[in-house]
Amino acid sequence: MAITDFSPVDRAGAFEASFPSPRKPHTHRRTSMTTSGDNLKRLLDLYRTMARIRAFEETALEAHKAGDIPGPLHVSIGQEAVAAGLCANLRPDDRLTSNHRGHGHAIGKGAEPARMMAELYGRASGYCRGKGGSMHIADFSVGMLGANGVVAGGIPIACGAAQGLKLLKSDAIAVCMFGDGATNRGPFMEGMNWAALYQLPVLFVCEDNGVAAFTAAESVTAGQGVVARAESCGVPGVTVDGNDVLAIEETARDLVASIRRGEGPRLLHARTYRLLGHTSTDPAAWRRAEDVEAARGREPLTRFAKLLQERGATEDALGAIRKQAMDEMVKAREGARAAPWPETAVAFDDVQDVGAVAWAR
Amino acid sequence: MGAVTLVEAVRLAALQEMRRDNRVWVLGEDVARGGLWGQYKGFLDEFGPERVVSTPISESTIMGAGLGAALVGTRPIIEMRIFDFVMCAMDELVNQIAKVRYMFGGQAKPAVVVRMPHGMWRNSAAQHSQMLEAWFAHLPGVVVVTPSNAADAAGLLVQAIRSDDPVLFFDPKDLWQAPGELADEIAPIPFGKARTVRTGDAATLVSWSAAMPLVEKAAETLAGEGIAVDVLDLRTIWPWDEDAVAASVKKTGRLLVVHEAVEVGGFGAEVVARIVDRAGPTNLKAAKRLGAPRIPIPFAPPLEAAVRVSAEKVVAAVKGML
Repeated sequence: MAITDFSPVDRAGAFEASFPSPRKPHTHRRTSMTTSGDNLKRLLDLYRTMARIRAFEETALEAHKAGDIPGPLHVSIGQEAVAAGLCANLRPDDRLTSNHRGHGHAIGKGAEPARMMAELYGRASGYCRGKGGSMHIADFSVGMLGANGVVAGGIPIACGAAQGLKLLKSDAIAVCMFGDGATNRGPFMEGMNWAALYQLPVLFVCEDNGVAAFTAAESVTAGQGVVARAESCGVPGVTVDGNDVLAIEETARDLVASIRRGEGPRLLHARTYRLLGHTSTDPAAWRRAEDVEAARGREPLTRFAKLLQERGATEDALGAIRKQAMDEMVKAREGARAAPWPETAVAFDDVQDVGAVAWAR
Repeated sequence: MGAVTLVEAVRLAALQEMRRDNRVWVLGEDVARGGLWGQYKGFLDEFGPERVVSTPISESTIMGAGLGAALVGTRPIIEMRIFDFVMCAMDELVNQIAKVRYMFGGQAKPAVVVRMPHGMWRNSAAQHSQMLEAWFAHLPGVVVVTPSNAADAAGLLVQAIRSDDPVLFFDPKDLWQAPGELADEIAPIPFGKARTVRTGDAATLVSWSAAMPLVEKAAETLAGEGIAVDVLDLRTIWPWDEDAVAASVKKTGRLLVVHEAVEVGGFGAEVVARIVDRAGPTNLKAAKRLGAPRIPIPFAPPLEAAVRVSAEKVVAAVKGML
């Protein structure tokens, strides 16, 4: 796997066929960005997070292809800027609910890739002791309240987490990650109304990759989009270029600050692009080749690397970050592969305290 | 305390627990106004709008927000108003609440109580009368509580609020006004322990929730005719007191399980199957269920009455086994 070349993995048929032209994102205006030493370090940290997410998922894809990882795998290759820019503004006690495409959210929030990879492998040392897999990674110790296999499933949970935090007089906030597909489910509208009604400390993040499973989102979505829907309920929203990590980082900083000040919920609409298929086995062959090509030109890591070099980072420094990220994930994979399976008895615990069925009764 | 109705008993139980633990709060439609049934009357004045949260008619979010709030360390009582509305929150209940602890490898503690007043009540027709508790006994990860009287309902609600498991609490709404006795300090009643209502050697009658009073009435009638039966109130159908039922059936040799719910695929089938398995078929003279026919609940009073199990049907069923 060529981690040094950040063009997406080229799989058979992956980038052939059609995809409707994405809508033009609203141009987010950045405030002045200097490149003092502190700032460059901060920017390199963002790049490192993106590189680690990319390396994790490329490694996981390889392992899946090799037959090491069972079950479905939903990767977010091409969407890394959202998780990296957002999570740079969160504290460990801020709670985040994720979705089925959540590896990046977990890494951004501070989960350990080695335990994540072990979970993907279904091993005893995984975050869920091998009982969750890719779609249910959680690390409550860093406020990662779990990925979710049901579209929009995390929205009511994030509302409640925010409500609970408010009840406990905490100044932590809740963050809710979902895709464009989730905006067509009932809990989305319920959640917007609910969060605005109780002025909850919650940031909704719509990671709009333009495609709901195998269907172009705009072909199944009426009206003016997610921001208009949120604002109709009184949740202020802003659209940003989700492939511009600095735009995300800066917008999220403002939104998180206002939420933490007690000003109520906000929505961040990040326009991005899912470079691969819905799952690891989906070639997404229905998309137009020219659209995919155009999307590759907006690919967030290459784009940010270019900007970093303009700001004084050397290619060597960036290459070292990428290599370190890939080394970490290769090691995580080796660790996972060598880790033992859970004992069968593990299937029988963590069910409930009272009324659990005994193992081998 | 003395004499109370069932609805007052559960009101006092929740009140006691909210005074005891300030992490406990309640959310649901109209709860700040005392709840549809008066089971939260006075709560808003005592605990304020942050702990007594009247919500929009958004069942998915009522249920899911309860879970989210539990995951950060509060202990919500999720009020569904009427059981049938839980159908609008099935993802949040079945895919989320029942599974978070397991699928996250034990990291999550979904300590919620979901209150769902169920059953036939004053001709409320097909969408406000159902008894589907068997569905939830089938669902790993939850406790299913089905009380039949004031004292049990209060004690089981206290236990439910203190439990770290998600507890589905089926208030028997046809029995809200049933009189009962309650102690000043409401002690928790452990889950999975049946209550022996009366004893006899002729047969074992097992029931729960709204069918319980008519089973007791049937047992009275039978006693008048010289037929003494064991009557057990399961109180919770998951976990359920298999040992108590098995011990009684060992004595009587005959088992009749009675529930208001549809007989086909009802929890009575599970009880009969387990007891037959445990006793061995040759040691049993009879093992039967009695429930509703497999039709929706009709509106017109004579039609609704035809669907209901009744004391007369229980008496006839027992005599048919002797």
